[in-house]
Amino acid sequence: MNATTADRRSPRFAHSVALVAEREITTRLRSKSFLITTGILLLLVLGGVIAGGIMSKSVSTTPVAVVSSVSSELSNIPGLEITVVDNRTEAEALVTEGTVDAAVVPSEEGSTIPVTVIAASDAPSSLMQGLGVSPELILLDPSDTSYLLSYLAAFGFGIIFFASGMTFGPMIAQSVVEEKQTRIVEILMSAVPVSALMAGKVIGNSLLAFAQIIAIAVLAIVGLSVTGQAELLALLGAPLLWFVGFFIIGFILLAALFAAVGAMVSRQEDLGTTMTPVTMLIMLPYFAIIFLHDNPVALTIMSYVPFSAPVGMPMRLFLGTAEWWEPLISLAILVITAGLAILLGSRIYNNSLLKVGSRVSWAQAIKG
Amino acid sequence: MLQLDNITKSFGVRPALDGVTFAVRDGRMTGFVGGNGAGKTTTMRILLGVLNADAGEIHLDGKPLGAEQRRRFGYMPEERGLYPKMKVREQLVYLARLHGFTQAAAGRNADSLLEELGLGERRDSTLESLSLGNQQRAQIAASLVHEPEVLVLDEPFSGLDPLAVDTVVEALKQRAASGASVLFSSHQLEIVERLCDDLVIIADGSIRASGEREALRTQHSAPRYAIACSSDLGWLRGEPDITVVELDGGRATFDAAEPAAAQRVLRRALADGDVTSFSPQRASLAQIFREVI
Repeated sequence: MNATTADRRSPRFAHSVALVAEREITTRLRSKSFLITTGILLLLVLGGVIAGGIMSKSVSTTPVAVVSSVSSELSNIPGLEITVVDNRTEAEALVTEGTVDAAVVPSEEGSTIPVTVIAASDAPSSLMQGLGVSPELILLDPSDTSYLLSYLAAFGFGIIFFASGMTFGPMIAQSVVEEKQTRIVEILMSAVPVSALMAGKVIGNSLLAFAQIIAIAVLAIVGLSVTGQAELLALLGAPLLWFVGFFIIGFILLAALFAAVGAMVSRQEDLGTTMTPVTMLIMLPYFAIIFLHDNPVALTIMSYVPFSAPVGMPMRLFLGTAEWWEPLISLAILVITAGLAILLGSRIYNNSLLKVGSRVSWAQAIKG
Repeated sequence: MLQLDNITKSFGVRPALDGVTFAVRDGRMTGFVGGNGAGKTTTMRILLGVLNADAGEIHLDGKPLGAEQRRRFGYMPEERGLYPKMKVREQLVYLARLHGFTQAAAGRNADSLLEELGLGERRDSTLESLSLGNQQRAQIAASLVHEPEVLVLDEPFSGLDPLAVDTVVEALKQRAASGASVLFSSHQLEIVERLCDDLVIIADGSIRASGEREALRTQHSAPRYAIACSSDLGWLRGEPDITVVELDGGRATFDAAEPAAAQRVLRRALADGDVTSFSPQRASLAQIFREVI
């Protein structure tokens, strides 16, 4: 049973990392709880997209006010619920109080275009497309890029980052503790460098998280276009791509920290205590984004703080309040922070992995 | 040959190892004996690179021991551990691959090893579903699956039933016979005595005795002989250079100042009658152990 030289080679670092990562992934993919959680998350996204589609469709008639003199312009447009009013002032009043989505009024004298559309924040597409000549458009309150939509986007980005962080983070910590608790770690350490062990764990679990987030993004994009919500998609597309980018780096940052705190304890029961500071780093930005998403100053700050940037910056891009260079700077800050977290994390991991028994203190873990 | 020179290690202010020096020779079983806290586990961890020594050198075949060569080591830590929820064969394959084996070769090794250790039927069971004895066998398999050239086993026999001890002893002997160096520690001195070719005794972090088992036994034996014959041995008390330890008719135990004196006693006894036995008394491992620590 002696192996020939072809059967074995001296393993390179990258090879060891890949093996560890592979085991992490296959173990996860076989765990029922992981598959179920992922399924539920995807169903939630799908459900949200479909619900959005149904809601936008169910309002099949768009309430429109029209000044009697130009009411003939609307005669051939389907799906409108027309309220005829006497003059422009009455029409504007109906738009302002929200009774109708838009008002069609005669253009001011001297204009080449016969009609003008007045809407609150955006004009209904069915109306705009139905009018033969593209009308003049007046938005009464253009700044109000729908509070509801921004809230939903904040909530969406936030909950995805939060859910992934809170699912995969503790999972990484647990798999580190498992190796410590079952003492297999000593055998592993005698076979591969400690840094390869940690890198494999972080990369393996991160890849799974990325696969999950990409599945969500694809599902959202496909779902939105299939259910005819292309407008929202156009609005969401670029921020969504940025979100994926920020998510990847932000997740690696968290993964390194979770691996490190996992190494500090010897039993699953003790994990809660050491994990708290890291879970706080996920929870606080999450709640901050949800509560402060309509506060421009707070959002600007949060879009640069590494732990909230993965949610904050895509939010600002979505709201259109960020310059083109801002996500790049924020991403750079995030990358540097992630690099530092990996250094700190592997230091803690190295120093703590063999210390069995009571919880390793932070001072001990960092100083060694 | 694995050579340790002046290995020193302390944990904080507490010294754990102090100038540990010994050799593990190729193709031989070396028993590593010492009380609790004597430094066995620390020494083994340093050998495997799991811990770093404060000072001292380790050489394998004359070259300084590095991570690359350590990949060819098999290790069974004192604290047992494999993945509880992973199938036995799968973990062995994983460990072999971590040591640089291809998937196919790792699979072949795992299969033949599981057969050898009597775990063939349980290859696809998760570790946690195995009996304690079988878990121990799986642990041994984990240290052997990558065909190590040096085996470092911390208490490989603890927790094994006598049948499993025999299986494991057989497996280890076979590895030694095919050229591997085997270093194993144990509290069970009779197993060490039965199994080892060489012996290293450690106490309080320093090596108290090391070398070939038989040489050590001779070295630590008083020049003591036991004789049994048909005639009365009362005359022994008057012999020069002889100290009688025990005397009961035709049976006696005595110390001889020099081997020639013992031979003289034998000749006299033969002249008096039949000698049924005459043997030098060798120290047992337990005696040596108590003497040196």
